Amino acid sequence: MVELVKFNHSIASICLLAGKLMLENGAETNRVEDTMNRIAQSFGLQHAQSYATPTVIHFSSELENVSVFIRIDQRTNDLHKIDEVNRISRAIASGELSRFEALQVLQELEKQKLTFPYWLQTIAAALVSGAFAIMFGGAWSDFLPAFLAGGIGYVGMLGFLHLVEMRFIADFFASVFIGVSALIFVHHGFGTHLDKVIIGAVMPLVPGLHITNAVRELMAGHLVSGLSKGAEAVLTAFAIGAGVAIAFAFV
Amino acid sequence: MDIGIQLIASFIAAAGFGIIFNAPRQLLIACGFVGMLGWIVYYTLAANGMDVLPATVLGAMVVAAFSHFFSRFKKSPIIIFNVSGIIPLVPGGIAYDAMRNFVVGNYLIGIELSSKVMMLASGIAIGLIFTEVLHTIVKKMMPTRHRQA
Repeated sequence: MVELVKFNHSIASICLLAGKLMLENGAETNRVEDTMNRIAQSFGLQHAQSYATPTVIHFSSELENVSVFIRIDQRTNDLHKIDEVNRISRAIASGELSRFEALQVLQELEKQKLTFPYWLQTIAAALVSGAFAIMFGGAWSDFLPAFLAGGIGYVGMLGFLHLVEMRFIADFFASVFIGVSALIFVHHGFGTHLDKVIIGAVMPLVPGLHITNAVRELMAGHLVSGLSKGAEAVLTAFAIGAGVAIAFAFV
Repeated sequence: MDIGIQLIASFIAAAGFGIIFNAPRQLLIACGFVGMLGWIVYYTLAANGMDVLPATVLGAMVVAAFSHFFSRFKKSPIIIFNVSGIIPLVPGGIAYDAMRNFVVGNYLIGIELSSKVMMLASGIAIGLIFTEVLHTIVKKMMPTRHRQA
């Protein structure tokens, strides 16, 4: 009996670690649950249950067994790690990895830092801003101001996130920067449409994707995570709107 | 000419978000391509007088269809492609605009814009889910030809 419990526990820790890695890096909750159940099944647990919300994952290896849970503190977007976890879970399903190997590989993946360097992220964010200013009907003269304001905003977001580790505050100050720099640019004749420049520049920060994902989760029946993700998205949008409005009020 | 600019801009937007979301670098081109196709379907339909909402649903369906294709082709989870691909369609700009109106006290405009955000976000979600449902139906009708992804 003790042996069996130990056996189930090591499978539970593999499943929890895989789920944690996916959820922290921005996977949807139903994908997380699905992956955890598949891993559990390939190790022979037929009745494993998992339940994920944006802040916590529960896992129970049998219907009448103890359940374990893991707290999720931070959530970012790192699609590369999701891809890697997916590859590992496939390898487990096809029997290429034993329990110990799987746990080891996942622990190594947890330590790895796969993100693009910050300068490249900033250039990407600046390009996205410029491109959106054009897509929303801005003139070509709006590309460069949106590019610069978007870059400044993204750098500000990264800097404040490093200082205070609160996404809400970071987004707020980043959009103050965006508002101020866009106002200065357009005031000096650099760029024609102020609103297109600002909308383009805030695009790397706004939670359009989170709103969409929240609705998707709601439709898929994941009511708790849909609502909490929606609340997070509304709060982010509020931070950005307030930041730009403050820039307008003081300049 | 206009279409060409829109194609390039939406490609940059989707691939750039691929970098921000840290998509694996060998898949960035595919991410940009998916985003470009979705946006161009939306853009041509909206420019030819279709209402924004159905145009968004159709754009999202195209995004989901090509995401499925690439996820099968490149053997990577579909989320990589559809997350970057729907970026040009998501109502982020309107969400910001709504909140800015709330903050400065234009509550009625804010409510109007928020409802629009909700409708567009639901439209994208429906578009994505609809393609998934179609895919499942096709898979169920031809069980032997498709293996589990």
